[in-house]
Amino acid sequence: MASNYNSSERQRIAQQRLKIIAGHLQKDGDGQPVRIFANDCKAEATDRRSSVARSMPKRRQEIMKWNGWGYSDSRFLFNKKGQAEFTGKRYRLSGLILPSLKDWFEGTFGANLQHKSPAVPSVSASTVPPPCLNEDFVQDVKASGVPYSHEAEDRMFRAHGHCLHEIFALREGKVGRVPDMVVWPNCHDDVVKIVELASKHNVCLIPYGGGTSVSSALECPPEETRSIVSLDTSQMNRILWIDEKNLTAHIEAGIVGQDLERVLNESGYCTGHEPDSMEFSSLGGWVATRASGMKKNIYGNIEDLVIHIKMVTPRGVIEKGCQGPRMSMGPDIHHFILGSEGTLGVVTEVTMKIRPIPEYQKYGSVVFPSFEQGVACLREIAKQRCAPASIRLMDNAQFQFGHALKPQVSSIFTSFLDGLKKFYITKFKGFDPHRLCVTTLLFEGDRERVLQHEKQVYDIAAKFGGLAAGEDNGQRGYMLTFVIAYLRDLGMEYYVIGESFETSVPWDRVLDLCRNVKERIVRECKEKGVQFPPMSTCRVTQTYDAGACVYFYFAFNYRGLADPVHVYDQVEHAAREEILANGGSLSHHHGVGKLRKQWMKESISNVGLGMLKSVKDFVDPDNIFGNRNLL
Amino acid sequence: MASKALYSQRDPALKKRDDFEDILDERRNSSDLRYALRCYTPVLYKGMTPCKASTLKTIVLQSEQVRYVINQVSKEMGETPDIVQEEALAILEEMAQRLQLSTIRFFAFTLSKAFKALFQSVRVNEEGIQRLQQAIHEHPVVLLPSHRSYIDFLMMSYVLYTYDLALPVIAAGMDFLGMKFVGEMLRMSGAFFIRRSFGGDKLYWAVFSEYVKTMLRNGYAPIEFFLEGTRSRTCKSLTPKLGLLNIVMDPFFKGEVFDVSLVPISISYERVLEETLYARELLGVPKPKESTSGLLKARRILSEDYGSIHVYFGQPVSVRSLAQGRINRSEYNLIPRYIPRKSSEETQSFVNDTAYMLVRRQEENMVLRPWVLIAAVLMQNLDGLDLELLTKQTVWLRGLAGAFGAFLDWPDQTPADKVVASSLALHHGLVQATGGRVRLLEGPQDPASPEEALFDQAVGVLSCASYRNQVLHVFLRPALVAVALETANTSRNDDVYSSFLYLRNVFSNEFILCPGASVQDFEEGCYLLLKCGAIQMLQQDLVVTERGQPILSFLSGMLEPFLQGYQVVCRYFSEEASEGLTEKQYIPAVRSFAVKRILSEGLKCYEALSSDLQKNALAALLRMSALRKVKAADQVTLKVNTMAVKAIEDTLGGKVPAQKPVLARL
Ligand SMILES: Cc1cc2nc3c(=O)[nH]c(=O)nc-3n(C[C@H](O)[C@H](O)[C@H](O)COP(=O)(O)OP(=O)(O)OC[C@H]3O[C@@H](n4cnc5c(N)ncnc54)[C@H](O)[C@@H]3O)c2cc1C
Repeated sequence: MASNYNSSERQRIAQQRLKIIAGHLQKDGDGQPVRIFANDCKAEATDRRSSVARSMPKRRQEIMKWNGWGYSDSRFLFNKKGQAEFTGKRYRLSGLILPSLKDWFEGTFGANLQHKSPAVPSVSASTVPPPCLNEDFVQDVKASGVPYSHEAEDRMFRAHGHCLHEIFALREGKVGRVPDMVVWPNCHDDVVKIVELASKHNVCLIPYGGGTSVSSALECPPEETRSIVSLDTSQMNRILWIDEKNLTAHIEAGIVGQDLERVLNESGYCTGHEPDSMEFSSLGGWVATRASGMKKNIYGNIEDLVIHIKMVTPRGVIEKGCQGPRMSMGPDIHHFILGSEGTLGVVTEVTMKIRPIPEYQKYGSVVFPSFEQGVACLREIAKQRCAPASIRLMDNAQFQFGHALKPQVSSIFTSFLDGLKKFYITKFKGFDPHRLCVTTLLFEGDRERVLQHEKQVYDIAAKFGGLAAGEDNGQRGYMLTFVIAYLRDLGMEYYVIGESFETSVPWDRVLDLCRNVKERIVRECKEKGVQFPPMSTCRVTQTYDAGACVYFYFAFNYRGLADPVHVYDQVEHAAREEILANGGSLSHHHGVGKLRKQWMKESISNVGLGMLKSVKDFVDPDNIFGNRNLL
Repeated sequence: MASKALYSQRDPALKKRDDFEDILDERRNSSDLRYALRCYTPVLYKGMTPCKASTLKTIVLQSEQVRYVINQVSKEMGETPDIVQEEALAILEEMAQRLQLSTIRFFAFTLSKAFKALFQSVRVNEEGIQRLQQAIHEHPVVLLPSHRSYIDFLMMSYVLYTYDLALPVIAAGMDFLGMKFVGEMLRMSGAFFIRRSFGGDKLYWAVFSEYVKTMLRNGYAPIEFFLEGTRSRTCKSLTPKLGLLNIVMDPFFKGEVFDVSLVPISISYERVLEETLYARELLGVPKPKESTSGLLKARRILSEDYGSIHVYFGQPVSVRSLAQGRINRSEYNLIPRYIPRKSSEETQSFVNDTAYMLVRRQEENMVLRPWVLIAAVLMQNLDGLDLELLTKQTVWLRGLAGAFGAFLDWPDQTPADKVVASSLALHHGLVQATGGRVRLLEGPQDPASPEEALFDQAVGVLSCASYRNQVLHVFLRPALVAVALETANTSRNDDVYSSFLYLRNVFSNEFILCPGASVQDFEEGCYLLLKCGAIQMLQQDLVVTERGQPILSFLSGMLEPFLQGYQVVCRYFSEEASEGLTEKQYIPAVRSFAVKRILSEGLKCYEALSSDLQKNALAALLRMSALRKVKAADQVTLKVNTMAVKAIEDTLGGKVPAQKPVLARL
């Protein structure tokens, strides 16, 4: 136990913490918690199954959409009255009406509720190409006792991530190359067996974590002639031990973010790693893509959080021999694994830092007269190294968007207060509603420090013309984080397609990059024949000493276009070129996958590419991990 | 030989040009005062409200760019940064514009009066104005007018005010500041002043470039400057200067703006206010210092008729589109953008090509009045010719110019003889028609000396030449081909090309010939000649047709004065130039050499007396290594390679074909 808490206090905090997470994510706790195991894989399989309620079943399609984002029961729709609502019970927004969404949607995109572009309701198993099986491999897997399947639905589900083109194709009922088989190892040793067998029979393995990839990383290379096996890590989801002396936990890599936090919370801890996809993305996936969480300012990005990684490669298992907090032993081998995107092996177990759950959390928001001032403020906050757990700056279009997502009635959004605030900001302060932008804040820590910290941040903001805009606006912003991903599916019902993409960029170029990329998108859309002006907006989502992470949202109405996805791809391509030309990186956290491979050479130089290649050649000479990401 | 497809693309005759409106029309029918005081609400860049001129100075002084250089200079000079900063402030004070609407209104009023007195009409293409308005709204705009007269820049602001467009800030030479009152007036109408030369002065450069860039980035106002750097005394476009163009493109290269629109503008004068002034200047009469009294003398001018003016606002050119595939902006990713550094070779050649392209756009959109065709005919008949013949030839030339895509403003409804007569009348100061014969005006009857008589005659010739020069760009490429056909060894395509290449190289300071575009230029020249039936292509040969004879001889006749002029310069160097000749001595020396030749040999090459031609020839000889600059003590002297100079002279004289090796690319 951490010394500064007594146990009842800890329990109280844990309870509170659970509520907060549930507040972010879900209405009710979802099923029973995952248990912590100190034993290893040898535990009786049956025993394990009976005692663990997994949030992710093997047959994911039972609870998740096969052609869209998230849980099947949760989605946006326009009801008979033309009002938007969010279905299901899981989220704070669930069951609520969003009265302004329709106008915003129609106004922003020139969309019309009469013009629908519905998805095909389902695809028949016969649409999915029959599996090309390596019989010897199948026999050996069967003998090893590792569960597997070659059912069409299981295979199709693991053939994609969440890029626009992937989801669009599914909605049209188009299925390309899919894995020929899925295996569900239960533990590290199972993975060792599978990898050995794959090497022995020359089968292509593609690790599959949460399936939230947005870089075409999970796509099966169409040129692959071998049997492709998707290695689904979801059943490796136990926390094997917690070390309270060193504040570390040893965790199986298939655990998804929400389970990890939930289970740790029960013991009063958290990792603090909260990528927006944390409901579904997995620890192994984070390691494999160098993921970044919203609260990295306190807890760090994934590379700061891992202490020890175990990865199974065709050459054997790679891991370090101790858990020292920092080492000088040549190049850090973790950095070959972090960001390897499933090209070298399967991450099976990870030792991660944990922290006691913070005593106190507080949201906040600041409105700035302009994006320029907002960025200047973030820069100053970064300079003074006093960024709160999370700080995000939305541009004006996103601010408007946020407004469109206001639910009808809700205890925390009394419209009276809203009206008053709007009046105050736009009239009294002379803020131009078409220029102002908003920053949302999340503070964490002990109460006193949070309040102190809060004051410091608001004082800085005031110097840049920022006006505190209340806790509610901030909280709403963070709550929306998890439902925004559902919105794309709604758009796609009405001829609107879109995507987000990100970069990191030095401070001095943030504004230039934002402006140029947004404008490039608008211009490219026009040139490519898009009939309506696109939505092209951005937010600054992370601050660093030397720069920031910028996130773009881009969507447009594709009515009248013969090949909307192609147009989309061209525009995104142009936007990426613009990012690179303006000093931005190829990716801050989404990774490279196959989508951004073409820019690797200019991004890391020929020699750099050669270094990565030679590692791949040594570790996996037969290209067993043949997803062809990155290189 | 390249494909026909390329030819047809370059067919200038197909280019559609806009119609014109006379803006003086309304001025003649309504109150100038009301016009000067009317409500003025221009469209601004992105709807931004520009900051105050004084705020601008603060932004510049506090910019990272300027601060960086201040620190650098202070370290180098051992001065405190404060002192250097003061210096920077002084530079800025000297430079900065103080654009004021009231001054513009003052000019709107007075210029209305003046323009109505001077000109028959001031005609503007309104579609160009609309395009410009759109461009100003979307991106920072750079206005690039041609420069033939002092009044160009007042004219520009006047037109923009008239159309309710954002008023530009204008880069002007320091010499204006010599005229106390006028300088300040110009400053208040948006002029900012730059020293003519500031060689290695880092601080000056930093302050100056940052000043311009700040105005551009903030969308403060359209930036206006003259690509040609100075007024062209010959009315030929001058080869572009790159400094300011570099500066205004830099914010795009560095990602500070999404795009920059460059707008070439062609201002054509039917009669240039300064015409004989220029000729005198070219002949070595020192130009009157830009003094207020000098300008006031211009009052006399007010009683003359200067015909009409055309202002053509060209298609805005997007730097971003031009740079596509040529400029790698990530070049600036690894060094802070405020640290000054030399641009890469690709960038330099890109800026250079762009500059040439823009000057060509200016040329192409120059409106040509009948008089320039008449002048072109007269220049080939310096002894005069019958009015009837002149008319016939002018009409013939009109047809040819039309076929070559010239932007002619010829009154179709008027009979040709009337057109010619009225042109002659307008230019009565240059030509006279007596007894059915037209000739250039002679000087006073009994001159003090033969030199003086020659000088007087030369003023007339050079003035007339300046009108011919306005139409030169239309004929330049076919004319170079025509001369190449005469001098080439054989009529084989590649022989003709190598002669062409040689000539093009010799004349690349004289005319607007974009470096690296020799193949395109040759193709364009050949294409136009093929199109008008002057030549035929028989297998590998370019053959002159019967119909083509007069065309080709006229075309080569057009270049004759230049060929002769350059030969005179060559002769000067091979025969007379003394050891240790300095650059400074060169112009007077070559001039008196030419005077002697003309007087003793009865040559008619008056253009050899033009300092413009002399300077261009010097640059060509240096470029072709026939001359070398030698630094000795504090002097730069010219060292002659006599063999090389002679070879050039002979080649230009047609005695020896160009010995340039054929390019494999053909
Ligand atoms: C709505 C949404 C929001 C997102 N927000 C964030 C965010 O805030 N921060 C962020 O960093 N990312 C974010 N992402 C991107 C994505 O969630 C991350 O890349 C995540 O790390 C992927 O994890 P996953 O478990 O879903 O991996 P998958 O998508 O299943 O796989 C991704 C890649 O990793 C490989 N891989 C997976 N597991 C393993 C393993 N155990 N061993 C070896 N290789 C493996 C796969 O082969 C594949 O190449 C978001 C994506 C979406 C759709």
